[in-house]
Parts: sequence; C-alpha cells; structure tokens
Amino acid sequence: MAKVLLDPITRIEGHLSIEIDVQNGRVVDAKSKGDMFRGFEMILKGRNPVDANQITQRICGVCPVSHGIASSKCLDAAFGIVPNKNGRLLRNLVFSANYLQSHILHFYHLAALDYVDITAILKYNGSDKKLLALRDWAKNELEVKKGRQDAITAVAPFLPRYEGDFYIKDLDLNIAAIAHYVQALDMRMKAHQMVALFGGRVPHLIGLVPGGVTQVPTRSAIRQYRKLLKQVEEFVNEVYINDVIAVAKAYSDYFKIGRYTNFLSYGVFEENPEQTEFFFKRGVFDGKKLQEFDSSKIREQVRFARYNSGSNLHPYQGQTNPDPYKAGAYTWLKAPRYDGMPMEVGPLARVVVNYLGGNADVKKEVDALLKVFNADIDAVFSTLGRHAARAIECKLLCQRMYEWLDDLEVGEMPRSTYEIPDKGQGEGLTEAPRGALGHWIVVEDKKIANYQCVVPTTWFCGPRGDDGKLGPVEQALLGTPIADPRNPIEAARVVRSFDPCIACAVHVVEGDKEIGTFKIC
Amino acid sequence: MSLNRREFLKVMGATTAAVAFPSVLIQGCKRALQKASERTNVIWIQAQSCSGCSVSLLNKLEPDIATVITEYISLNYHQTLCGGTGHAAIQVLENAVKTNRKDFILIVEGSIPTKSDEYCTIGEMDGRIIGAREWIEKLGKNAIALVAVGSCATFGGIPGAKIRATGDNPTGAVPLQKLFPDKKVINIPGCPPHPDWMVGTLLHVLLKGMPELDEYNRPLMYFGTTVHEKCSRLPDYKRGRFAKHWGEEGCLYLLGCLGMDTGCDIPTRGWVGGMNTCTGCGSGCIGCTEPPFPDYGNRGIYKHLVASNDELQTLHPEIASTVVKLKNGGVING
Repeated sequence: MAKVLLDPITRIEGHLSIEIDVQNGRVVDAKSKGDMFRGFEMILKGRNPVDANQITQRICGVCPVSHGIASSKCLDAAFGIVPNKNGRLLRNLVFSANYLQSHILHFYHLAALDYVDITAILKYNGSDKKLLALRDWAKNELEVKKGRQDAITAVAPFLPRYEGDFYIKDLDLNIAAIAHYVQALDMRMKAHQMVALFGGRVPHLIGLVPGGVTQVPTRSAIRQYRKLLKQVEEFVNEVYINDVIAVAKAYSDYFKIGRYTNFLSYGVFEENPEQTEFFFKRGVFDGKKLQEFDSSKIREQVRFARYNSGSNLHPYQGQTNPDPYKAGAYTWLKAPRYDGMPMEVGPLARVVVNYLGGNADVKKEVDALLKVFNADIDAVFSTLGRHAARAIECKLLCQRMYEWLDDLEVGEMPRSTYEIPDKGQGEGLTEAPRGALGHWIVVEDKKIANYQCVVPTTWFCGPRGDDGKLGPVEQALLGTPIADPRNPIEAARVVRSFDPCIACAVHVVEGDKEIGTFKIC
Repeated sequence: MSLNRREFLKVMGATTAAVAFPSVLIQGCKRALQKASERTNVIWIQAQSCSGCSVSLLNKLEPDIATVITEYISLNYHQTLCGGTGHAAIQVLENAVKTNRKDFILIVEGSIPTKSDEYCTIGEMDGRIIGAREWIEKLGKNAIALVAVGSCATFGGIPGAKIRATGDNPTGAVPLQKLFPDKKVINIPGCPPHPDWMVGTLLHVLLKGMPELDEYNRPLMYFGTTVHEKCSRLPDYKRGRFAKHWGEEGCLYLLGCLGMDTGCDIPTRGWVGGMNTCTGCGSGCIGCTEPPFPDYGNRGIYKHLVASNDELQTLHPEIASTVVKLKNGGVING
C-alpha cells in the first residue's frame, strides 16, 4: 500500500491537502485536510452588525459576493426587513454575474490543466497572434533556462506539473483549449465588470447593504451590463459548453469516477418579494428520494477536527475552540451533517435537486447533454457531472439575467431602509457558486453577540463524522484508479471537480456561548 | 517585448506616472523586457489569505494578466495558477530554499500566523509539513525585494483584527514586515489592492528600483492623495449637501465614509477597468488601505456620525449644524 500526500492541492482557493492510500492501483482510503485557520467569528463579536457584511466577504476572495449576500440576508432577518424590488433584483444581478465569473474561472483556469496538455502550444503552427506569442514565449523559456538554476520554473506557472501519459493527445483540441484558457481570462473579467457596475467593486463588494445595494440603477449602467452579458453569454453557449463536452468525450471514464449521491441545496436567486421562491430551488436528495429541506437538521461534528469543544451541535449552539494539536484530529474543517448524513453541495447538488424537483429548464438542458453521451441520469453523479452542471447553470442564468435587468426600476431606490435594533437574530441561507452557504447572527445592544457561518467547502471537504463515516470528497475518492502514485493526477481531478474553497471552510471559531434560538423557515 | 512610452504609462496604470517616469526610463524598460532571460522571477506565497488579491490581479487590463506573466515577469510559484499539484508544485519552493536562490522577488498575500505554524501550512519538505511562516522566512532572507500585497500582508487586515472582548488576536496574525524588521518591505495595501497598484509597483521595482514610499512604505504614486480629494462627491461636500441614506446623492461623510483619511486613488482609477468606484456607487470609503483597517480603534468599519454627541463636538461647525438639522428632522439610518 502506498500512502500518497497531495500537498498543496493547487488551483483551488486556499490551503488544502489530501492524503490517500493506494492499493492495487486504486484509492482505498482518503483524508481531506484543511490547512489554514484565521478565526473570523471571534473577530466579529462585539462589532456593529453591519460590519459583518464587509468582514465576512473577506472570508473568501473568490466568492465574496456569496458571503455578502448570505450576510445581508441574515442582517435583513435580524433587522426585520426585506429588500425592495430593485434591491432584490440588483442582488440577483451582482450575484449571478459572479456565478458566471466563478464557473468560468473554475473550468478554464483551475480545472482544465488536469486534462489539457499545455505543452502542445510548442507544436502550434497556425496564425493566431496571441497563440504564436505564447508558443514563442514557451520555446524561449525552455531554451534560455535549460541547465540553469531556475530551469525548474521554465514556462512557469504552467510547469512543472504531474508528468505522465494522462493529458489530451489531440493537438487541435489542446490548442483550442489553450486559446479558450486565454479567452476565458477576458470573459471572467467581463463578468466581474458586471458585478462592479451594481456592486461598486469586486472582489469584496462595497455596495451590498441590508435591504439591497447602494448603487441606483442608471440607464447607462443597465446598457453596459447588458452588453457585457451578451458577450459572456455567447462564450458560455458557443465555447464553454462545447469544451465541457469535448473533455467529457476524451475522459468518459470520469462519469464513473468521483461519484457521490447525497445532495443538499438551500435554493438561490430570490424570485418573489417574500424571498421564499428561488430560481434554483431548495431540497435534499439522500440517494433515493427528494425531500423538503429543514434547517433544524443541520449539525457540525468535530471528532476529527482541530477543535476541543462539543460535537454534533446545530450552528445556533456553535461552540468551538481551536486546538492545533488535538490527538486524532487532522483538519481545520468541521464535519457538517444533515439528518446525520454527509452531503455534497454545489452546482451538481442544485442541478440534481432541480432536475428531480421538476424544474423544466434544468431537465431540458440535462437531458440534452445526456443524449450526447447516450447516458442516463446516473452518469451525472460524477466528476464530469460537476463540470457539466456548472456549464448548464451558466447557460440558464444568462437567459434569466436579461429578464431581471428588464424588471429594474431605473433611477429608483436600490434598497429598503433599516435601523439597527437593540436585539434581534436571523438566518441567511443562500448558495455560493460552490454550494450551500449559511450565516447566523444574534444582535444584542445593537452589537454582534454571536455570528456563525457554515460554508460549502466544509460540507464537501469536511472530515469523517463522529461515526467515522467519510466526508463527501473522501468518499468520492474511494476506488479512483491511480496509475502512478508519484503523479496522482486522477485524485486531483476528483478533488478539483468539487471546486474547494478552503479559506471559506476554515474561518470557524465560536465562543462558549449559545448562539441563541432561531425561527426555522 | 518592447514598450513605447504610451504603452509603458498604461502598464503603470496612472496619470500621475506621466510625471513620475521620464522617457529615459522607457528606454531602460525596452531593453529589460526584450530579453526573456532577464525576466525577473517572482515567487508568490499565499499565507492567511482569502485569495482576493490574486483574484484582483486577474482583473488587470492593459496589459492583461496573460501578458504580465509571459512578458514582464516569470511567475515561478503561485498556488492558484500553477499547473502542478502537491510535490510537482512545492518542488519549486523546495528547490529555491535548498539551492539558496537569490534571484527572485518574494510577494506575500495574507497575514502570517505566529501563535502556531499549524494555523497555516503549505506542503512538505523532507517529510515534514512546512508552515507558511517558515517558507516566508527562508525565502524572504534571500529575496531581491519583499513585497506585501493586500491589507493582511501589509498591516494585518482582518485576520489581524482584535477580538473585542480581550484585545487579543486568534492566531497572532502579523504582517510581512514583522518577520523582517531589518528589511524594507514594499506595502501595497487594499482589500483588495487594485491590480494596477500591484503590477505598476512591481514594474517600477524591476526597472527603476524602489518607488518613492510614504511613512507606511506604500508607493506614493498610488497612495499619496486621499479619496476625499478626488471624490466625485467633493462638490457636494463643499456645498454642504450630505446624503442621509446609502446610495443617495450628496457627500457620504455623515454616513461614516472614511475617504478624508484614506490614501487611495480609486475615485480616479475605478474598479475592473473603471466600471465603478467605492464612493461613486454610494457606499462610502471603508478605509481599507490604511493600517487601522478594520478595527479603527473601537470604531469599526461603519459608523454613522450622528449617532454620537461627542463626535458632534469635533466636527467642523458647518457640518455640525447640518447634523443637528438632520437629527431634528431627518434620519440617518444607513
């Protein structure tokens, strides 16, 4: 048996490592380890509740919008307000634009290098100026640095990488993918420009506040947003989706690798003034049937996490103290459980919940893709299923975003007003691009008495539960074939397909006080 | 790669650069960038970061990020972008440490935990898990230049903020300068820092050496003027028109905008290619480029000045009278 450590898992947000045991060429055991801790919730206590909106966005620079939305929603609840129409639509518009940014970034700049052979650029003989410049750069790097002390970093940051016979061989496909890698840099930035138009700046939006946003929608900003949306939509429909299909055709075994079948979605993109209906609906799938979501069934367990406080507590009672040297613990991530079960969250969870829940648009897109591969729904519970789910979400969102844009009331107030109450509490549930995200707050004397976040990466990258049952990523890794334990790219592919964000996952620290009681919707 | 003067100024991303960079520099720039072999190596370490600085770097326009990493620098190690995983990635750092390389600039994003190395670890060397602090100390002592990007690496930022009840910090998070008291660290603060600030400063170091720095070691060319001085709402301030709610027209000072005390050129530069600005969008400046962010003593980020009578005493009489009027009639509730 070979113990293989993948540390660091790069091309994700933050510090994650994975330890796998390989036997007869397959993964037989896996440990997912979060390697960074900051202590956000300790820092939040005693501050102005509205500060939480800015501070929690700094949990993650890749999905600050998600934390800003979750925080705004829990502040809304604690302050007893709901956003006005513009506020709801503008939040949806900045949030959905960041979905596009995040999914495009994930596929092209984080995941693609596990499949695409970047060295194919050396064989390029076409006429595209950008690609020729890239080719000449790579050639020059290899020539100039040959034998030098810094030879190890020639063609950085793309090399060095895991070497072996596991990249795409088709030259045209590789070249197209490299061209799209470069094009996608521009597209993800355009999506960020859309975020900035109504969010003020990005990353770390300045314009999210309880009740909505601060930017009044002007006619010119709407026009500019629409123009950018059209460009990104074209890229999604004509390039992104086709590239996902091309990778899936080249690696169809990954429909069977990295499998998982428990799914949870909180629902996202509010579609009614009461904030109870969502564009992507909420629900739970336990591998057998779809169930109604009930937030009182959430627990966090810490037997294998580096905290020395009580286990199996609801986030309301979160009591967690860091213990870097706790015996038997191997990660800074807690193990969230829903009704005792580990749950995958993220684009695949949303797509599965909506597919089974009768969302006609989602069903149509999923069925169309399944037809391409002559596969049934079972195929989506996989590494490739996760990549496909992101592309499908982008396509559907683009269509809906035009309608949100059309519904804006130009020049009108972008938010409801609020006053910070002496006392209050609230729950803010939403979906980050990478999955279910919840914030909980208790306000006392107009200050934060307690604040708790349960984030997507904790759900899927968390460790074993108190019962010893593996977390979703750990479980999904089991059975993964590893051709060369010194270059375990297959395991990296499975882990990256979840789009981990470790900064999000390990911020959690609580005092020894109950977070209070909440009304559960 | 060659740059004409206009292109160079674009790279520096500043109108003020026209003053700061004479044409002789442009010639030097051409010569330096023509040879790939002379592209300076950059090792970028993320410690207790959220990766927001790196995401902001991706929003670089003119030149775009692809041009920056293929023509201006050689980005030897960057955890979010590098092709390698595990050992294939970490061997770059290991090699740099073991061969005592001295031919690189070290950029650090994120604060550094000092209470325990376990609070942030990156890969292993010789079978031992290595803390971010250890990598940074080993690499930093040999680096040509030390650059801290973002508020966490420059001043501590949010991971370095105080626990209100105890005044302590959960992980002993410190900025890069604390690890190297005898070396000059170039600080590029901001939460996030604008990509022009990061690329422009780097290029200045490569071509002309250390840029002129202020008392917090921030490049003056980007942090020398306050938000207030260049704010699109400055005329409102001068005429005594103050917003009572976020998003309204008028100066945002009474809503707690920190623009008067914050060195930053965002009002003229704008985010993601000039799409919007912090004060322009109606939110007010949160002072993220200044050392006290986000604590500001016990003030915090958001504070409505009408909330306290004590503050009323310290205000300019003209503003104070506006506040009194508002308190009697209107509401400032955010």
